Amino acid sequence: MGGLQKKKYERGSATNYITRNKARKKLQLSLADFRRLCILKGIYPHEPKHKKKVNKGSTAPRTFYLLKDIRFLLHEPIVRKFREYKVFVRKLRKAYGKAEWTGVERLRDNKPGYKLDHIIKERYPTFIDALRDIDDALSMCFLFSTFARTGKCHVQTITLCRRLTVEWMNYVVTSRSLRKVFLSIKGIYYQAEVLGQLITWLVPYQFAHDHPTDVDYRVMATFTEMYTTLFGFINFRLYQTLNLVYPPKLDSKAESELKAEHEEDYAMDSESYLEKLSALSASLARVVATAEEEENQLDLFPTEGEDQENMQAREKEQKEQEAQNRLFEGLKFFLNREVPRESLAFILRCFGAEVSWDKSLCIGGTYEVADETITHQIVDRPDMDKQYINRYYIQPQWVFDSVNAKMRLPVEDYFLGTTLPPHLSPFVEEKDGDYVPPEKLKLMALQRGEKPVQEDDEEDDEEEEEEEEDDDVDDEELTEEKNLKKMEDTRAHGKTLAVKVTPGKVKPWETGSVGNKVRLEQEEKAEEKRLAIMMMKKKEKYLYDKIMFGKKRTTREVNKLTAKRKAHEDAGKAQKKQKKAKKQ
Amino acid sequence: MPTVTLESQKNGTMNKAKVKSAKKRVAEEDNDQLPIFDKDVTEKAGEEGDEDLSDSEESVFSGLEDSGSDIDEEEEDDGDDEEEDEDDAALILDENLKNSSGAETSAEPKQQGKKTASKETRKMKKGKGGAIDGRGEKGLTTTFQGLATAQQGDEYEHDTSDEEDIRNTVGNVPMEWYQDYPHIGYNLDGKKIFKPIRSKDELDEFLDKMENPDYWRTVHDKTTASDIRLTDEQVDLVHRLQKGQFGDVNFNEYESSVDFFTNEVMIHPVTNRPQDKRSFIPSLIEKEKVSKLVHAIKMGWIKPRKPKERTPQYYDLWAKEDPNAILGRHKMHVPAPKKRLPGHEESYNPPPEYLLTEEERLAWEQQDAEDRKLPFLPQKHSCLRAVPAFSRFIHERFERCLDLYLCPRQRKMRVNVNPEDLIPKLPKPKDLQPFPTTMSLVYRGHTSLVRSISASPTGQWLVSGSDDFTVRFWEVNTGRCMKTLEVGGAVKSVAWNPNPAVCLVAVCFESTVLLLNPSLGDRLVVSSTDQLITSYEPPEEDKEQAVTWALSEGPEHNKGHRLTLTHPKAVKQVVWHGKGDYLSSVMPDNTSNLQVLIHQVSKRRTQNPFRKNKGLVQCVSFHPLRPYFFVATQRYVRIYNLIKQELTKKLMTNCKWISSMAIHPGGDNLICGSYDCRLAWFDLDLSTKPYKMLRHHKKALRGVAYHRNYPLFASGADDGSVIVCHGMVYNDLLQNPLIVPVKVLKGHQITQDLGVLDVTFHPTQPWVFSSGADTTIRLFT
Repeated sequence: MGGLQKKKYERGSATNYITRNKARKKLQLSLADFRRLCILKGIYPHEPKHKKKVNKGSTAPRTFYLLKDIRFLLHEPIVRKFREYKVFVRKLRKAYGKAEWTGVERLRDNKPGYKLDHIIKERYPTFIDALRDIDDALSMCFLFSTFARTGKCHVQTITLCRRLTVEWMNYVVTSRSLRKVFLSIKGIYYQAEVLGQLITWLVPYQFAHDHPTDVDYRVMATFTEMYTTLFGFINFRLYQTLNLVYPPKLDSKAESELKAEHEEDYAMDSESYLEKLSALSASLARVVATAEEEENQLDLFPTEGEDQENMQAREKEQKEQEAQNRLFEGLKFFLNREVPRESLAFILRCFGAEVSWDKSLCIGGTYEVADETITHQIVDRPDMDKQYINRYYIQPQWVFDSVNAKMRLPVEDYFLGTTLPPHLSPFVEEKDGDYVPPEKLKLMALQRGEKPVQEDDEEDDEEEEEEEEDDDVDDEELTEEKNLKKMEDTRAHGKTLAVKVTPGKVKPWETGSVGNKVRLEQEEKAEEKRLAIMMMKKKEKYLYDKIMFGKKRTTREVNKLTAKRKAHEDAGKAQKKQKKAKKQ
Repeated sequence: MPTVTLESQKNGTMNKAKVKSAKKRVAEEDNDQLPIFDKDVTEKAGEEGDEDLSDSEESVFSGLEDSGSDIDEEEEDDGDDEEEDEDDAALILDENLKNSSGAETSAEPKQQGKKTASKETRKMKKGKGGAIDGRGEKGLTTTFQGLATAQQGDEYEHDTSDEEDIRNTVGNVPMEWYQDYPHIGYNLDGKKIFKPIRSKDELDEFLDKMENPDYWRTVHDKTTASDIRLTDEQVDLVHRLQKGQFGDVNFNEYESSVDFFTNEVMIHPVTNRPQDKRSFIPSLIEKEKVSKLVHAIKMGWIKPRKPKERTPQYYDLWAKEDPNAILGRHKMHVPAPKKRLPGHEESYNPPPEYLLTEEERLAWEQQDAEDRKLPFLPQKHSCLRAVPAFSRFIHERFERCLDLYLCPRQRKMRVNVNPEDLIPKLPKPKDLQPFPTTMSLVYRGHTSLVRSISASPTGQWLVSGSDDFTVRFWEVNTGRCMKTLEVGGAVKSVAWNPNPAVCLVAVCFESTVLLLNPSLGDRLVVSSTDQLITSYEPPEEDKEQAVTWALSEGPEHNKGHRLTLTHPKAVKQVVWHGKGDYLSSVMPDNTSNLQVLIHQVSKRRTQNPFRKNKGLVQCVSFHPLRPYFFVATQRYVRIYNLIKQELTKKLMTNCKWISSMAIHPGGDNLICGSYDCRLAWFDLDLSTKPYKMLRHHKKALRGVAYHRNYPLFASGADDGSVIVCHGMVYNDLLQNPLIVPVKVLKGHQITQDLGVLDVTFHPTQPWVFSSGADTTIRLFT
């Protein structure tokens, strides 16, 4: 028949992928270096569509990279630096072995290093790209900045992380871009809106970490290396957009104010500036001294129809936003020693409040406890000895809840020693059919400006109604089927039944009232649907079943939650009653 | 004497070489000379009083006193003497050696000449005194004759290593060579030196050892064959050497050192060499090097080492950003997905419904970490102060890192479809009427499951066959049972003759097919049917047939039986041809070709159309208009042309096991029900594969049927339902056939996992009959 025999696996998808080991060999790198390179360059494995074809007929589990990715790595200048570093280590070891101390020193001085600037630029061609991907960098840097300076990673890394995070927090404070905060059991989540991008990060609670043994810190360190570079550039750019000096400097006014007498007692000169910055109590110096905030008014364009609606919605949103930004303006807070100072100071400053704390707690406190103008004191202990009359003593959750509600919540629920209302996640956006905790409903009512409903009974009614609704949604299909079945049964038995005359109870639809007509129509439709479902193609049927299954599962979960809530409330009521009975 | 030697040899416990025994022999011969020698020695003993003293001291010291407690003076003297003679014996002195040589204490016989010579040497040695110093090591190897010839004064006079022993001139040869001779060598004059005559045997030696106090310091010299007693100095020397000390007692090993170069600066130099000229002149090569470096520094080639900047420098990286810049990488890049945002359950103070109950918590703990819906346990803390650190924080961050660089990323097309859109748009069943919608009649009477039903061509009557061995005839409109016929077995199948001019019903049970005349309806028809059967005239030549035809008579005739066809095997199904003359019966049997038979009623003829067995036949059917015959085996339907007697088509049903089959009255379409819940709809003009597969039944299909006039077909299944479908085929070939299920008819109860067993349509009305395992027949209108 002629022609060369086509060889297998020399065309098609088999040539597009390369296994990890082969890639490593092609790059002439050790596994660790390869891993580092992949992390820095953001190369990740790919799952081929036909694994067996790519794997040349074998089904052994392998990691595949795109061949293009690896080719792309081949041109990376950092690969050469890796090799240089390897040589450097070898030379250094030799010099040590021969005890050539001058040689060691010389080698140390010429230690090859590399910069990641070009990689950052390459991975994120535009600033917005970089900003979009900063979530992980933030969380990582916040984590690293809390590490103890004992050997898990370089001290320089830790200080750099701390510096960058402080810069970031200062930026957020100055730009007032914080939107949501959430106290979770893992740590504190913050969400800021920077240049239109929603950025979420997680900060652990301030405790010493017990470092797990099954975590490879080298991987984390490589990530951090990349993240700090990225983060620094982003910070620079962000400071530039706000006309702020980078690296950040305190306002000259604020600086003079902060000049404490015992400054040198608190920290070394080299560190005290960073500490002052991290206190977050003073504003930052600007490149060009400008008036506080220039309101950039949106230009109004004559619009019509939908555009107008959109415009209105946007305007409304903006107004809300502004209102939120001034949430705590004019309030004076004092933080007690036991509350997490940094996070609270950060949040309060973000919304325009003045914050201070005890001198012994941290540098940068601007006024004392005894200050009469303090409006709120944040306290997290069951009771206080000395209380000032003209201020509220509230628990820290008030701040978080208020920020999330975009309004100052009534302080009564958060007073000293009271049982706190549940803290809800601001990140949950309930869709139709999702479970909404009653607290959230209450909150929404508050936001709409309605008065909080006090009577328990009404609430209960509402809930019950809700439940009914839920039930309806849940068992829609089931009930449909049931009804139909019943109908058919009755119809099937209709004639035989007719022989047996039963007194009373005229079937409602037989009377031919309007409601029954509707019902009949519904039934008809339902049957049509069922018949149509029978005619579905196999693939579509599968998909349909899956979707329906998912829907059912969500409704089941919602039901479970409502049931739990109800049980809990019933138990609470029973207890109350018991108490009452006892009192009587 | 020889006996003694023998004895001595026998008793010998000490080291006894052959040499020794030979020596002893000689010694015994010269035994009598001993006293003379003794006397000679005693004289000398006086001279060496000091030595004796030291000897005794030595013996005390050596701890040999008790062993030699009874030493008599004589012997002591003897020993002394002899040892005195050869005092410069080999200095190898060992405890063993002492013991072994102890036996040789008896005086050694010596020749006169030799004696004098030895005396001379002794004197000389006396003069030398302690001159044997500084040669401790050498002493171990040198022979004693060296000492004898040494002269004082000369530096090398003691060094006798290259001098020959002049007492015995044989040289350094093994003395065993002289074993068998009376002499052991020659002296300087060439005279034989005779071996001493010894009377020493083992016993003597032992005694010597016991008695001689100097035994330990006695050494035997092989070259002169004499015993030598070591002097005190020699013993001392040996002791010192053994201890690793210097041989010379007077040698001071810790002499104070004298510097050659003193620490004091002398006025005179050690050397007085003038300095080189080059030490005054600057080096040219160095100058060149320095000037090169200076030049390089001037030119800026060499820069002084700067302290390295460790802190990273940041600048506006995106100063010249180009939003359209092509990514350095391919287009398939997928940005990392963000982490999921936390829900209410992650709060430190969640609403109570989000907390896990005790069972849920247990279940959570027992689950694998991967299966858990929540990666953490929701917890409630009364205040922020009480919130502990999250123990898995670093883990989670690390896992995120791993995800970022290890996880293959894929763009998943999330199907965001409205489920309603998936449902196909079908014409409304309302528009496809008429079709049966409600159950209107139930025909009760059978006591067991009703296997088969069939309607009369006029639509007035219905016949049903049941497992209770009866065939019942019903009036369709009233539900009245007109007739009940007992047959001899469970009725497998009934079929009403489709010809309206003939009133015949075929019933099959066991291996019999019965043709009945139910005598229902038009009397003319009934009588003409009877006439038709009786008018049969047997042909002249009787053919051998697979089936025996028998005409019923008597009471059976009154019951309605007309013809009985007895088959060789059990019959499962009977089917009429559309004209009503032909009848086919199925006897499923996988082993023979006799599975299907076609009978002609008018001629009472039977033939087996197939020569080959093509599989277990499930059911057969006649084409309503053309001479085609359909045979359904387990998975295929074969269509045979009866005239050409050949296979025209083979339909692949894609079913596992066909249960039933029905053909559209137009003959263009065919439906197959199967036990695997499928219904295959074929268009015979198009393909051998099903045009449509319907999976609307939940259980095995048992019966399918086509309506004669309306575009309807129905299927009955074990799930107790009958589904009526609208199946419209258009004459316009471009328009696809329309197959729409229009009604699910339920009514039959499921008994013993069996629901509907057979369905059939009313020949004229859009009504459907179904028979079920619940012993009823139902009419849906």
